[in-house]
Amino acid sequence: MKKVYSRPKSLRPVSMHYCPGCGHSIIHRLIAELLDEMNLQDQAICVPPAGCAVLAYNYIDIDMVEAPHGRATAVATGVKRVRPGNLVFSYQGDGDLAAIGTAEALHAANRGEHITVIFVNNAVYGMTGGQMAPTSLIGQKTTTSPHGRTVAGEGPPIRVCELMAQLGGPSYLERVSVSSPANVRKTKAAIKKAFEYQINKCGFSLVEILSPCPTNWKMDAKASCTWIDEVMAKEFPLGVVKEVVC
Amino acid sequence: MKGKITIDTSMCKSCQLCIGFCPKKNIVLSKELNSKGYFPAQIDPKKACTGCGICALMCPEAAIEVYRDDED
Amino acid sequence: MTTKTKQLMYGTHAAGEAAIQAGCTCYFGYPITPQNELPEYMSRRLPEVGGVFIQAESELASINMVLGASVAGARAMTSSSSPGISLKQEGISFMAGMELPAVIVNIMRGGPGLGNIAPAQSDYFQATRGGGHGDYRTPVLAPASVQELADLTFLAFDMADQYRNPVLILGDGMLGQLMEPVIIPTRKKNEDLPEKDYILTGAKDRPARLVKSLILDVKEMEDHNWKLFRKYQRIEQNETRWESYNMENAEMAVIAYGTAARIARGAINRLRKEDANVRIGLIRPITLWPFPVRALRDAVKTTNDFFVFEMSTGQMVEDVRLALDGRGKIHFYGRPGGVVPTPAELARSMARHYYQSKRSRKK
Repeated sequence: MKKVYSRPKSLRPVSMHYCPGCGHSIIHRLIAELLDEMNLQDQAICVPPAGCAVLAYNYIDIDMVEAPHGRATAVATGVKRVRPGNLVFSYQGDGDLAAIGTAEALHAANRGEHITVIFVNNAVYGMTGGQMAPTSLIGQKTTTSPHGRTVAGEGPPIRVCELMAQLGGPSYLERVSVSSPANVRKTKAAIKKAFEYQINKCGFSLVEILSPCPTNWKMDAKASCTWIDEVMAKEFPLGVVKEVVC
Repeated sequence: MKGKITIDTSMCKSCQLCIGFCPKKNIVLSKELNSKGYFPAQIDPKKACTGCGICALMCPEAAIEVYRDDED
Repeated sequence: MTTKTKQLMYGTHAAGEAAIQAGCTCYFGYPITPQNELPEYMSRRLPEVGGVFIQAESELASINMVLGASVAGARAMTSSSSPGISLKQEGISFMAGMELPAVIVNIMRGGPGLGNIAPAQSDYFQATRGGGHGDYRTPVLAPASVQELADLTFLAFDMADQYRNPVLILGDGMLGQLMEPVIIPTRKKNEDLPEKDYILTGAKDRPARLVKSLILDVKEMEDHNWKLFRKYQRIEQNETRWESYNMENAEMAVIAYGTAARIARGAINRLRKEDANVRIGLIRPITLWPFPVRALRDAVKTTNDFFVFEMSTGQMVEDVRLALDGRGKIHFYGRPGGVVPTPAELARSMARHYYQSKRSRKK
């Protein structure tokens, strides 16, 4: 029998600290698979976020630089401008990208910086214990919206891809999820496409990935995936939101 | 198509995504704890695996290796 | 643009050109008065030399772009004025913790808050006492002329690379806007600088590198903090700079830096012209951190009177008190809020204090 799948080389052989069923683990794995398949491990540079994935540098075996919370796209901009031949990507959560880092993200996108942003949207602030995120849904109870988010109180959730699509600068924006095998395959294809946009000097790309947070959603992993399919994806529709011909 | 999977039980955190998504329902929870204190997933030895790889596709820990007899 | 001839330049332009001659290839900044001419100059000059200029969306974004460019191996620079420098503190703290070089220019203006656009020296605390969070220091260079602004900008890049630390240049609105004759230092590679073995270039034929400031293990963090501390001690030993003027037999020593020092020198010269027996000297710190403690401790052996002049309500005066450690008498004269006194005004205050002290010494 032929081995058809094993742990990617670019994913260090250590146990990840993420919770059981966490989307970060799946996404890290997909990125590592792509780095292997596209032969990018020795030229990739990543800027991880502040958030659960702050420790991404322990898992994906490439050059990495930490950034202050929210500033990863600005740091990635600086890196890519100095090292245009390297694959430079930021990996950010919903607080990092859609709250504190919104200005940096929108402006890097608008300038058409040749970077890729992996945006992990799990509708909550995981690392700090489950507070409301800009992408938390109406009615969603979190530790800072204990009675459920309301439009009048907190405003509605932010659709980052659609927001960015208003700008002339970005080249490729797609929303995917890791809630099922079919969706995981689409996520991998989207990240691959985003990396190709960068390699082919086609400008700014962002892949928004709806991702489970079983711990803070207080569900098991499978139920979290179902919640993404049946509830989250209604608020955040999957699919290509913007695509400029490369 | 014949297939086989191996699960690194020391990495498994018992998220049960492989169990939930296996099209043949071939994966079950072990009754023995691993060193992390989880009941890891294990392939039911009585069932036939096709090597479809869906379990590995979902596994957050990259704990599953997939083997397949390809009919060329 | 030739660099061996003297030319008339704005302070901000001179700083920009000196940076380029020092090998700066990246400038990221945001407009704020009174330093807009620096990003404007860089937007024109950097593309001419194949460098990178971005007018970022904020001072926050620009310091983080500097962080990225620095970790990728480039000499990178940003500039702003007081409120914008407040925004950069997080990034500066991060770079200090990550041991990344960078040059940050603050052209100070009146504050606090939005303040005004006139020259002030009210960011001394911010510059020398960290400004951002954590146990760190940044060397602070305080030029007093356009030539010195050019020279210190040139030096700042070497210092930043030598010690792997952000370096601050503290100017003010007057210096930024002043036009003076200047010779821009000529580019020459400094062979003595350590190799940049920490930069991110893609992990080809080597293990992957990680540049971070997060150290969750407290014992490791403690070690890291002491390692930084020892670096700061080395900087104190090697990089303290000051200038003395007329300090031989001085009865009173004026302590002032930057534009205030120029005004003080003018005031001293006025008084000497009026009365040839006036013995007032000036100690002008050029590095505000490390502060020239030794210069003051030497001065207090022969001089008892210290007249501290700042364009603020009194910040450097605290370092003077620390340095003198109870010896000598300190008189503070401050003009905050963007007021720039003339040498004549300052001379009057200096004279009043000098002659009063002289009389009380005679009694």
